[in-house]
Amino acid sequence: MKKDRIFWGTVAPLAAITSSLLLVSLILILRGANPIEIFQVMISYGFDPRNLVSELNQTVAYYLAGVAAAIGFKMLLFNIGIDGQYRMGAFFGAVVGAAVSLPPVLHVLLIIITAMLAGGLWAAIAGYLKVRRGVSEVISNIMLNFIAAAIIAFLLGEELLGILPEGSQNVQTKPIPLSGQMPTFKMFNGEVYSFLFVAIFVGIAYWIMLNKTVFGFNLRATGLSFRAARSSGVNAPGMIFVTTVLSGAIAGLVGLGTLLSDTHSYSMAFPSGFAFTGLSLALLGRNHPIGIFFAAFLWSFLERAAPVLEYEGVPPEIVIVMQGTIVLSIVIAYEVVARINLRQQQRAVGKANVDLVKESK
Amino acid sequence: MATEVKKEVKAPSKIKSLIKSPARITLLIAGIFFILALVENLTGATDITSPGTSGATLRFAIPLLMAGLGGLWAERAGVINIGLEGMMIVGTWTAAWFGYLHGPLVGFAAAAIFGLASGFFHAILTVKIGIDQAVSGLAINLIAAGGARYLSGVYFPPVGGDRTVSPPVDSFPTFTIPVIAPILESIDAQNIFFISNLAGILHGLTKDVSLVTIALLLLVPLTSWILWRSKFGLRMRFSGENPMAAESLGINVYRIRYVAISISGMLASLGGAYLALVASSVYREGQTAGRGFIGLATVIFGNWKPSGVFAGSILFGFTDALRVRQTESVMSLIMVAGIVALLLSIFYSINRRWKPGLISGALALVAWWIHQRVDVIPQEFVTVFPNFATLIVLTFLAQRLTPPAMAGMPYRRGSE
Repeated sequence: MKKDRIFWGTVAPLAAITSSLLLVSLILILRGANPIEIFQVMISYGFDPRNLVSELNQTVAYYLAGVAAAIGFKMLLFNIGIDGQYRMGAFFGAVVGAAVSLPPVLHVLLIIITAMLAGGLWAAIAGYLKVRRGVSEVISNIMLNFIAAAIIAFLLGEELLGILPEGSQNVQTKPIPLSGQMPTFKMFNGEVYSFLFVAIFVGIAYWIMLNKTVFGFNLRATGLSFRAARSSGVNAPGMIFVTTVLSGAIAGLVGLGTLLSDTHSYSMAFPSGFAFTGLSLALLGRNHPIGIFFAAFLWSFLERAAPVLEYEGVPPEIVIVMQGTIVLSIVIAYEVVARINLRQQQRAVGKANVDLVKESK
Repeated sequence: MATEVKKEVKAPSKIKSLIKSPARITLLIAGIFFILALVENLTGATDITSPGTSGATLRFAIPLLMAGLGGLWAERAGVINIGLEGMMIVGTWTAAWFGYLHGPLVGFAAAAIFGLASGFFHAILTVKIGIDQAVSGLAINLIAAGGARYLSGVYFPPVGGDRTVSPPVDSFPTFTIPVIAPILESIDAQNIFFISNLAGILHGLTKDVSLVTIALLLLVPLTSWILWRSKFGLRMRFSGENPMAAESLGINVYRIRYVAISISGMLASLGGAYLALVASSVYREGQTAGRGFIGLATVIFGNWKPSGVFAGSILFGFTDALRVRQTESVMSLIMVAGIVALLLSIFYSINRRWKPGLISGALALVAWWIHQRVDVIPQEFVTVFPNFATLIVLTFLAQRLTPPAMAGMPYRRGSE
């Protein structure tokens, strides 16, 4: 049974990636390009040591978004609010980090905790609406993403929390002092964010929480069957609320790698779109901490290697199409596998029943 | 005690009848116009009832309306369509490209066909294969956005190296309704309280209208008619409320959903085509700017009814128009909201419904406070007003909303 699960768990993603590659090849052939050549160029560019480092840094952000989504998925929650939660986390982390002066390690810790609080509290709105008002978290989170972006754009105004550095077009928050910055370390001649270790810690903590604690057991039980969990004494609505907040808190960490080790301030240049990326990665990695890592790496690899396509005469946005089709194929693959398994189980049960009847005769 | 309960039950029906009957609806609309005119004269925000604003309102509202109707069609059949945004992108791109090649009419037709196809794609994924409806919709958004950018790079002639904008497309001819528009214009110029304001609004709606606008507006009563007067509509709503029961009565739920979701895609795509061909005359990257999601919001705001979706998109289009034309007049909208809240509070108090009466009274106070304290409503907040309004409606009126019971739930034929 477990072997089966691992087998399907690896075959399905690989099949999805392959079918997406085939589709993209078809598009490339229509464009008059040689797909094999293009993929070769992408791979050699993507695995170039200089690019590997920035891929790794991007992987950290994507990984956290993936874990945030996975926590939600375990509860059958579709946390599409990761985008807003990440913004809230990064923004308030930056604001608080710039406003205080503390000893080095404490300062960084304060920023991390602030970011988690901001992300978690923002997610709590959706959690409250879901548990108390029965509002679908998909709808409320979509609305909350837009509202979060607006609130931050407003607060970044020059008369409020933003400043306009000389020679720059982008308003940003005040820079975080040295004590609140995280060092980078050298690898392949590049600077890797040490926030990487926080991400690894989150991954391990996620796995332990899910598999080794009562809380994790209750979480998975509520996700599998709300009613069964409730009747066996789990506070199921409470679990939904707590899971939403937890997912939001992790989402609050997404932008911190860049913030603490690179920019040291929040600006409108911070990217968006983490919600769908996170959900895709959780789906692709089957909510498993290691699976999500590989998925996150694949995503940042594709994005990093995309610009090289321009020189081959192919618009690099083909990569976005590729990501979309990977997600669709993976979901389809899981659905088909699940249906086959169900049919096999039904057949096995049916056969067992027939045997039982025969025996009793 | 018993009489108390009776009153509690009776009061909502009063409100309902107030909203339901056509004569009273007219009265309500006239009332809203009256308040708008009053506020305009009080605050001197001259742009609220100007012809320019009402014309712009319509231009901003139509894409939202189309996305909203698209969402309505899908959700009434039981499937949530988060992919509206992507389908609008399909519409903007195909309309602009085919419009550039063969004229705007072909552009519109192409948008309809490709929109239908994108809706059909969503239907295959969610109905036939049965994957999560939100995942499917989001993936469609991603693929449409990426695909449009890819195709722009491939097909659009580079204008100064910029491949994010299509070559300009001929726009549709517009016309001004002969006798009526000039009369309205002259009344507007008279500056008589209320009458001139009303004429100003109507003048904006009769001047430089596009036939496309009228055709798309007609889709509101048409949708209404299909949903509540036709056999197909009955079956469609049945599929959204209880697909199992529908199936057991011999209705082919899958087929109904295929049709409904395909039409949903077509409507959203036409909204995109309107953006590219009528509201402007080019495709521009990011042109839809989240309008698909606001369309989704109007469905909720409009309580899953075509007329409600229409009202919602007009309201959101109005705030959008004011934001673009004269940001200061947005403040007077707060005043309008305050006056409406005050009237509601009086109305509730007369009906002895103290709780909603108190709440609306408090809201009126808040509006007054904002009006006193804040000079200009920040642009950012006006942009997200639709999102905010929808969240408020969901929070405080969730019990009053009547969404299709099974919208968004997975359904497999023959299983629970």
